[in-house]
Amino acid sequence: MNFAQGDLLMLGAFCCYMFVVWYHWGYWVAFASSVVTVALFGAALDWAVLRRVIGQPQFAVVMLTIGLGAIFRSFASMTWGSEIYTLPTPFSARATRIGGVTVSHEYVSIIAGTVLLCAVLYALFTYTKVGVAMQAASQNQLAAYYMGIPVKRVFSLIWAISAGVATAAGVLLAPVSLIDVNIGFIGLKAFAAAVLGGFGSIPGALAGGVTIGVIELLAGAYLPPGFKDVAAYVVLLLVLAIRPQGMFGAVGRKRV
Amino acid sequence: MRFVFKTSYRQDMGLFRDGVQLSWYVGLLVLLAVLPLLVPTYLIDISMVFIYGLCGLSLMVLAGYTGLVSLGHAAFLGIGAYAHVYFTQDLGLPWLVSVALAAALTAGAGVLVGLPALRMTGVYLSIATLAFALIIQEVLSHWDSVTGGLRGKAVGKAVILGVSFGGSGAFYFLCLAFLMGGLLLTQNLLRAPTGRAWVAIRDSEIAAQSMGVNLAAYKTIAFAYSAALMGVAGALFAHKVGYLAPDIFTVLLSIQFLLMVVVGGLGSLHGALYGAVFVAMLPVLISGARDSVPGWFGQVFGVFGASAGEAVTLAVDRFVKQPALEPGIFGLILALFILFEPLGIYGRWLKIKLYFSMFPLYKSATFKRQKAYMRSERLR
Repeated sequence: MNFAQGDLLMLGAFCCYMFVVWYHWGYWVAFASSVVTVALFGAALDWAVLRRVIGQPQFAVVMLTIGLGAIFRSFASMTWGSEIYTLPTPFSARATRIGGVTVSHEYVSIIAGTVLLCAVLYALFTYTKVGVAMQAASQNQLAAYYMGIPVKRVFSLIWAISAGVATAAGVLLAPVSLIDVNIGFIGLKAFAAAVLGGFGSIPGALAGGVTIGVIELLAGAYLPPGFKDVAAYVVLLLVLAIRPQGMFGAVGRKRV
Repeated sequence: MRFVFKTSYRQDMGLFRDGVQLSWYVGLLVLLAVLPLLVPTYLIDISMVFIYGLCGLSLMVLAGYTGLVSLGHAAFLGIGAYAHVYFTQDLGLPWLVSVALAAALTAGAGVLVGLPALRMTGVYLSIATLAFALIIQEVLSHWDSVTGGLRGKAVGKAVILGVSFGGSGAFYFLCLAFLMGGLLLTQNLLRAPTGRAWVAIRDSEIAAQSMGVNLAAYKTIAFAYSAALMGVAGALFAHKVGYLAPDIFTVLLSIQFLLMVVVGGLGSLHGALYGAVFVAMLPVLISGARDSVPGWFGQVFGVFGASAGEAVTLAVDRFVKQPALEPGIFGLILALFILFEPLGIYGRWLKIKLYFSMFPLYKSATFKRQKAYMRSERLR
């Protein structure tokens, strides 16, 4: 569980911006290298910091990631300043007409990227040995260790992957929402989506994300201003109160 | 090492362990009572420490004793503050009635958040409280007729039964009285069945349930009580800051409250107060360091020549003047405490005390906690 995810997203977006605008690298090269950089950073973070709190109550991890997130935000605003940047992409300001609807390439890139990322992650977690090992390690560290899974290495890998995915999301998002230090707060909505769909279920997370997006859109259109930002959280609270396992998740009682 | 040999039930149930402990607390109270004579200029800051102490107490009950981590406590503070100001200034209710109503209202809000809390644990709960805090922040900034919206709302002085508590000395004693009341109430609750049920829920929900603790009822009580304390703190906070705006009650403030209980030491009322002192003093320390630290670096690097010293002074000065430094330092302190002293300042104090009381025989393993390797949150 990681409350610094949104801040990793922010770091990734800034990293890509730096490569493209300051060093004049190509978009794809910068994309790939920023994903790799932040993934390595995530792994290093796990190795240096988070590994130490394994075995402590989960509360400790939550607090630690909140603290780390604050450090990252502070670091970013000291390094890159608190201005708002735009990331030039090959998709900018181009649009295609599909059956009478004009769709800009930026949104196409976001949709394509999301579908691709989800497909790859789903395949990774379901069909590969490493993916199954990750699931095992996240469910019961001790049992996974007994089964011969190198839990520490797997955890570093999980952090690297999640940091990499956050970076990809940040870079895809950058042309639409612009880059600033507080872009990470979109991570909160990601949490809402994950909870709505049910934790630990990738189709659930997708469905939750789509639901939240649609609800925000409808609230923006039909309710007084101000409700748009709140609607997602109200729905989240309602879902948690009525069906805490989310739409697709499964919750069982712990056996003693 | 001194052991207290208990000979009666009354002694076992007493608020204080023995006369020695009681006299320490009386001494502290006397010190606090004469403090206004010693440091008359800092009274406003010290009242802030008391208000933070109430907030710490509130979150300590929830996070430290019941094991429910809330990321949205600033919202309760906000509800309490706005409700109090609305009741006293717009409706013209008496001060004490207004504080009681504000506390009742925040307790109701606490129950509202607590309801989903009955069915989830850990991270889900943190997210739910976070969502609640964000909703409340939007409500505060859009409900113009009550909250004054984004323009904010000015707060007058506290007047109780015709007596004005506007002066810094009077306000100091008002905050102190409320903090003492909160402490006494909480301490009494904690040694009663309610408090024991909370601790049982924290340590193992299933074990508590098997012993006949009604999980739903006690979690709701914990939320309501914690929120009510926060509401009272909010009323005092409103008078302290003098001007309410929705952007005071942000997630950052909630995180500061969490920092307070973690740094002070989870699971002890002492910890809540140490944490309050720490969090209230930190901005003062940081602003002091902003002025002096560049000079120190300059002196150290001045060894390599005067120009090097000046250059370093300028560079460090530019670095520490960054406004973003403060949240970063808060985050750093939070992370360091979680990593190296999970028991907080109070835990460190206990260790030092034990070291001296059993001088040559102290073992560091006394405070070792067994590691519990995480199982899936989903199977709680």
